[in-house]
Amino acid sequence: MSDRDIWIVIGLCAAVTAVIKATGPVALGGRELPAWFSNVIQLVAPALLAALVCVSALADGDEWAIGADTAGVAAAGVLLWRGANIIVGVAVAAGVTALLRAV
Amino acid sequence: MAGAGEGAPGAPEGAPGARERFRDGFRAAVPYAIAGFVISMSFGVLATDAGFSAIAAVVMSAIVFAGSAQFTALSVIAAGGSVGAAVVGAALMNSRFLPMGIALAPSLPGPAAVRAAQGQAVVDSSWAMALRGDGTFDRWFLFGGTAVQYLTWFSGTVAGVLAGGVDVESLGLDAMFPTFFLALLIAELRSGRAKGAAALGALLALALVPVAPAGVPILVASLASLLGLRWKAEPDARAEDEPR
Repeated sequence: MSDRDIWIVIGLCAAVTAVIKATGPVALGGRELPAWFSNVIQLVAPALLAALVCVSALADGDEWAIGADTAGVAAAGVLLWRGANIIVGVAVAAGVTALLRAV
Repeated sequence: MAGAGEGAPGAPEGAPGARERFRDGFRAAVPYAIAGFVISMSFGVLATDAGFSAIAAVVMSAIVFAGSAQFTALSVIAAGGSVGAAVVGAALMNSRFLPMGIALAPSLPGPAAVRAAQGQAVVDSSWAMALRGDGTFDRWFLFGGTAVQYLTWFSGTVAGVLAGGVDVESLGLDAMFPTFFLALLIAELRSGRAKGAAALGALLALALVPVAPAGVPILVASLASLLGLRWKAEPDARAEDEPR
């Protein structure tokens, strides 16, 4: 891709992201919160985050894929679940993945 | 005090002010910001490998400021894809900020333009940490958490383009990105219903991976939050001090 095209991608990505982030606050700002809405909102983060983790650790493009990175993320997951700090988690994930790729 | 825009809606009298909450958010997000620095560094390395100029990589982190979207656009460009495919992929990846912004909206005061500007502060980690047990958000906590992560996201990419030539794969740096989100997820799994929504979201996303374009599986996974309609005012474990 040419330098010019890369700049177009960057500009459009920034504009689209800003619009997406602004939409909810502009459309629904300052309203009272119905009880059912709050019940749903509490579950948006777990649903989205679980999807992000699984897609980035268990898929490659449009295929399911298990690799060294999957093992690294899983090892970090065990430590994080037992209360480890996120910095320890990402260091272990990278270390285990690098080790498996080296052997 | 609420009239001065200091307190969030319904904040109790004597609650900490904006400055304290900003500082608390800033501090709480420091571990995420450090992890973000290294991930952003790997973005800088990969972007220059994919043909970005150093300045383009840094500007992208400065004005897009969304790891998942940046890596998605980058992977499309590295694979020889078109401008349209790169932008659509990034937009779909960031589409999760739509339900997140809808959730945040009632907690933002001010006219539409001000709310739109405040909405730009949404990033996954600060958004999740700023959510209170009653479904409202502590917006100053959110701003503080995002501020520190913006600083390290920007400086991480600068470090990455300066370092250059690092082999991201052989160092296992690509495993850090899912781990970042895994740490956020684990902090969210306090209740049975959160675990249920996480499991359903993961299944929905994985089922859609082979058939839907990048980003769509994650957007659709947010529908798992509708499980919340089946629960009536269950006391939330978030209100307790004990983490997880």
